Amino acid sequence: MPNAEKKNRAELMDFDRALELFEPVLGFEVHVELNTKTKMFCGCANEFGSGANTNTCPTCLGLPGGLPQVNKKALESSIRLGLALGCEIAEHSRFARKNYFYPDTAKNFQTSQYDDPICHDGSITIELESGRLVTVEIERAHMEDDAGKLTHMGGATGRIQGADYSLVDYNRGGVPLVEIVTQMIEGAEHDAPEIGKTYVAAIREIAKALGVSNARMEEGNVRCDANVSLRPRGSNVLGTRTETKNVNSLRSVERAVRYEIQRQAAVLSGGGTITQETRHWHEDTGITSAGRPKSDADDYRYFPEPDLLPMAPSREWVEELRLTLPEPPAARRKRLQAAWGFVNLEFQDVVNSDLLDAVEATVAAGASAQAARKWWTGEIARLANVAGVAADSLVTPVQLAALIQLVEAGTLTDRLARQVLEGVIAGEGTPVEVVESRGLAVVSDDGPLIAAIDAALLGQPDVLAKIRGGKPQAAGAVIGAVMKAMHGQADAARVRVLVLERAQAIE
Amino acid sequence: MSEITAEQVAHLAYLARIDLSPLEITSLTRDLGQIVDSIAKVSEVATADTPATSHPMPLTNVFREDVVVPSLTVEQALSGAPDRAGDKFRVPAILDEE
Repeated sequence: MPNAEKKNRAELMDFDRALELFEPVLGFEVHVELNTKTKMFCGCANEFGSGANTNTCPTCLGLPGGLPQVNKKALESSIRLGLALGCEIAEHSRFARKNYFYPDTAKNFQTSQYDDPICHDGSITIELESGRLVTVEIERAHMEDDAGKLTHMGGATGRIQGADYSLVDYNRGGVPLVEIVTQMIEGAEHDAPEIGKTYVAAIREIAKALGVSNARMEEGNVRCDANVSLRPRGSNVLGTRTETKNVNSLRSVERAVRYEIQRQAAVLSGGGTITQETRHWHEDTGITSAGRPKSDADDYRYFPEPDLLPMAPSREWVEELRLTLPEPPAARRKRLQAAWGFVNLEFQDVVNSDLLDAVEATVAAGASAQAARKWWTGEIARLANVAGVAADSLVTPVQLAALIQLVEAGTLTDRLARQVLEGVIAGEGTPVEVVESRGLAVVSDDGPLIAAIDAALLGQPDVLAKIRGGKPQAAGAVIGAVMKAMHGQADAARVRVLVLERAQAIE
Repeated sequence: MSEITAEQVAHLAYLARIDLSPLEITSLTRDLGQIVDSIAKVSEVATADTPATSHPMPLTNVFREDVVVPSLTVEQALSGAPDRAGDKFRVPAILDEE
């Protein structure tokens, strides 16, 4: 571990002990990047992964003469997201400039919302693994534009400390974001880390179900800032909070909240005080380190954006959008679990692997739910893991359903089906085509099979004698030899039946 | 009369990276002074019971459809950059935060 990180590694108190002494109070700010075709205020493409600075214009570069205009689709997505979070939609809303000087924005301000956010006063109820229901109150959900991407060059770690210079790509600058801010979450207790993870997962799931965001945390479509403070048991006074920035995976949200509780408890019980500051989460080492001090009165000199006109979404439009809301993800999960008859563990496995859509579509394409689950969370997930891609990018639900039907019809054993799957993934065609081109169907004509069985039985006379002597369990050795001789292209259960028959029949 | 000085205008010009001739500095000093004075007059009239006006025109809901229009080329985008590295803007290291 480099020295700098050793220095950053704080004293931690045992988590249970920390909870005995202190009550954690949480708050989350989640940024959801919208998947509109264009940016928030200009017609540049909203694309991930284009060449550096290919999606910029005078408006998003903050050049003189640039004139922003609100993307109607982004407003619509923001309202739908707000409605799904149970929010009120403001009758009058406007943008504000949040002034700060940092090269990730060339405008020298972020176009955000201040005193008139588009959505306010909502709530969502999340369910923890224990079954505990927690209602998280949403203070506001407002629109703003994203900043460009900085790359720090020189120095040892690619971090800002020790960097010689930075490079800026403004493609992301101006991409529409919705920032969802919770009220304080009290009473979290030992569940605090899980509440963080589950809340962010719920926001991500809602955004995905609405289709307003690609909702991929690994691409930064959903980013979380976690506020944590502790107050001594029996106190009504809120403790000083820290804001851990850019916690960008569900597991990291859980770890970062737990870490801050343990760190702050150690500082407070050692007689120290918590500095109100932003902290950086380090995925690799699992710690947070101090960022900049942050006061409530941070002077961003907010003022209404003079270049953008206020928005007054009509009540009719809002009600129209309300009608487009999909089934809430939590309700959908309950419905699907009941329909599929999965036990909790099986269902959680599917949900946690982000395969609910895939399994649902596979069942819709004619597969049994259990087989769909088994394949998606088993072999396909394994192959996806090896390839470092998402499971649902390897095969389509229709292809998998066809494969499952071949297994259920007895055309393929599980082992052969795995080979067919490889063929399908390699682009060799549909499962049926791969079976034909690779010649993988189970041998159902018993002729060659019986010949192989007879040979195996005669090759192992001691086993033959045992089976004849009333010990069918001895057949295993012969079955193995037969499967080998058939290169695996036989149904083991069928082989077993035939072995027992032939043991009595042959001379 | 306002207290805008030629030195302040020269400093502003430097911050904005705008080259100004001495003649331009003189005229801008006078213009900016008048603007500051005008705003001071408005402040005298605006009392505590006057709501702040952010948008003088009674217009709302002016939107843009979500349709891509061509962006600048990389060369155009970088043409005003003081420094570049490849297709990116190059800026001095900032000792604040990530």
